[in-house]
Amino acid sequence: MAALYHWNFAPLLENADVLWAGAIGTLRLFAICMVLGLTLGLAVGLGRHARSRWIHAPATAFVEFFRNTPVLVQILWFYYALPILLPFSIDPLTAAALGISLNSAAFSAEIFRGGIESIERGQAEAARALGMTSAQAMRRIVLPQAIRRMLPALTNRGIEIFKMTTLASAVAYVELLQQGKLLASLNFNPIETYTVIAVIFFLCLFPLVQATYALERRLGRSDA
Amino acid sequence: MSSVAPPSTVAVAPATGAPLLRVAGLHKRFGEHAVLRGIELDVMAGDRIAILGASGSGKSTLLRCLNFMELPSAGVVELGGAPIGRAAPSKAEPGRRVYAEAELTRVRQRVGMVFQQFNLFPHMTALGNVMEGLRTVRGQREAEARERAHAELARVGLADKALAYPARLSGGQKQRVAIARALAMDPEVLLFDEPTSALDPELVGEVLRVIRSLAEEGRTMLLVTHEIGFAYHVASRVLFIAEGVIHEQGTPDEVLKHPSEPRTRAFIDRHREFDF
Amino acid sequence: MHVWNFAPVWANADLLALGLLNTLKLTGAALAFGIPLGLVLALMRLSPARLLSWPASAVIEVFRTTPPLVQLFWFFFALPILIHVEMTPYVAAVLTFSIQSAAFFAEVFRGGIVSVERGQWEAARALGMAPRQVMRRVVLPQAVKRMVPAFLERAIELMKTTTLVAIISYADLLFQTNEVAQKTFRPLEVFTVTALIYFFVIFAASTLVQGVERRLAASGEGMAR
Repeated sequence: MAALYHWNFAPLLENADVLWAGAIGTLRLFAICMVLGLTLGLAVGLGRHARSRWIHAPATAFVEFFRNTPVLVQILWFYYALPILLPFSIDPLTAAALGISLNSAAFSAEIFRGGIESIERGQAEAARALGMTSAQAMRRIVLPQAIRRMLPALTNRGIEIFKMTTLASAVAYVELLQQGKLLASLNFNPIETYTVIAVIFFLCLFPLVQATYALERRLGRSDA
Repeated sequence: MSSVAPPSTVAVAPATGAPLLRVAGLHKRFGEHAVLRGIELDVMAGDRIAILGASGSGKSTLLRCLNFMELPSAGVVELGGAPIGRAAPSKAEPGRRVYAEAELTRVRQRVGMVFQQFNLFPHMTALGNVMEGLRTVRGQREAEARERAHAELARVGLADKALAYPARLSGGQKQRVAIARALAMDPEVLLFDEPTSALDPELVGEVLRVIRSLAEEGRTMLLVTHEIGFAYHVASRVLFIAEGVIHEQGTPDEVLKHPSEPRTRAFIDRHREFDF
Repeated sequence: MHVWNFAPVWANADLLALGLLNTLKLTGAALAFGIPLGLVLALMRLSPARLLSWPASAVIEVFRTTPPLVQLFWFFFALPILIHVEMTPYVAAVLTFSIQSAAFFAEVFRGGIVSVERGQWEAARALGMAPRQVMRRVVLPQAVKRMVPAFLERAIELMKTTTLVAIISYADLLFQTNEVAQKTFRPLEVFTVTALIYFFVIFAASTLVQGVERRLAASGEGMAR
């Protein structure tokens, strides 16, 4: 039948530094999006939880819009469309970071809101009865408990963000997949190249995924 | 035309004097914990056996071994004179047997079970529940199964609830449907696993009435129950299980009114809330 | 100060419409293959036979733990050489997204099946049903009703993920958007319109799903018991 393909990883090993540059880019983008996404997400989540309509409505609009639009569309919008409105252009990293972070913020906001609301009632009442302000109650009583419950969902978000960094290759940001494209076209070996890229991602993410399962099990048990 | 088959006929023993169901040397372990430690039991056709015991005594486990919802760790169960499973002794477990799924499936078509939690299929009506075994297991045609199911529901007093879904039925009604479902399969032996324990007190009576009528027909049944008064009036034999063995057995008078073992007496006294 | 001009966008509405159609076509195809494949994977994963459960687990883990774009590139660039087959963007996309969504659907199936109480299994077995009959007549019907919301959510995720095919030049809505943007030199208007199109389509779908969830919860058949 078909001749068995002869795998040759030599070109990849020779260009390990190219891949390494990509890995650095991936990690950098990941870190930025995690920080931005989660902090903005917390703010928006609290906003959705607020009673005042002036805060609640824009937060909801934000969440609905950025959850229901594909990330790649947002990245391209920031890269191609936004510069038209601004006096300067947007570099690939910024475009990708904006697209991924806003999307992650929208999803995280719902995780935060769900976590907070699953604690709220009695706890916040007890805190207020002691004389704490709403902000103090949130900060000292509700959030610390909510964080524990939200950990599995937030770790899942983190894993999704890591996978989304590959979308930045669409605007030629130097991350792993982008470097893969480069090497594959230079050496005419897409099989080895893309297999190695896939394996690298798998090796990075698999431990995290397993950790999430373990977290879910442990938290599921100790939660009354 | 097709006539309604008479509500299930009573099972006949394989030969006069031979037990319908026989248990020899039954052991059951869960991990390190031995629940049944050697049960010997002969069930004749027409026997109504009440099984009593404290929680954890092994009474439910014994019942569940009879239709192989639990697989015995050692010992033999014979149905109609034929032993179930194949002997496969090992050095560590001389009494071990192995069981083939297909054989167990066939056994369960002959032995019916009614569960404490009813376990009705929520996505089918009462009629659908009773028909299910006939259609899927016996392969009967829709019309036949439907007629038979109607008859069984009528027998348990729920003819008018045939098209109701379980969610709309009370606990007592659900359990009666569950009994009808088991009866439709013409079981040779009926197993009741604490059939009224999950019911509100005022609903217990309607289920006990149905079980009593089955007993009066001469059906072979084993009944794990806490209803000692009921057991007294309905059972032909009473077993008291403690620590995984049959601590005492005999007629209801012998075991419930004049128990010879102190442990049995203590149990009866603890549960005495009525007069016989 | 930029002057917005949407006229060129409307002039090329037919190109965008074609793109939207292709997006829906691709989503539909991936669902049509992905759902049955997901059920097969779930049943294999639940099987006591290791010969079945291990490969299924492997496929599920690999496709959930690697980025979809990497999978797409592999199927489009690498696979054709490996098995000596011509690969079009559409085929590569359907292949990738079918298996990828199957991996996620498998977990939804498994969760649904496992959530059906033991008592249902026992009652069906006690009637003398063989395991396959139990699954078909009692467990799956109940599991499927509970899984509907999760399915619909994954289907919506899938629609968003299909935008990746623009990168391998399949004429979906995003690809067409890029074409029109380059043709009209109006990236701002075109991309904004496309973002809004995606938003409205997916938002409508999400709202429908929420409605379904509410109705299922009311009739007592949602996941929460």
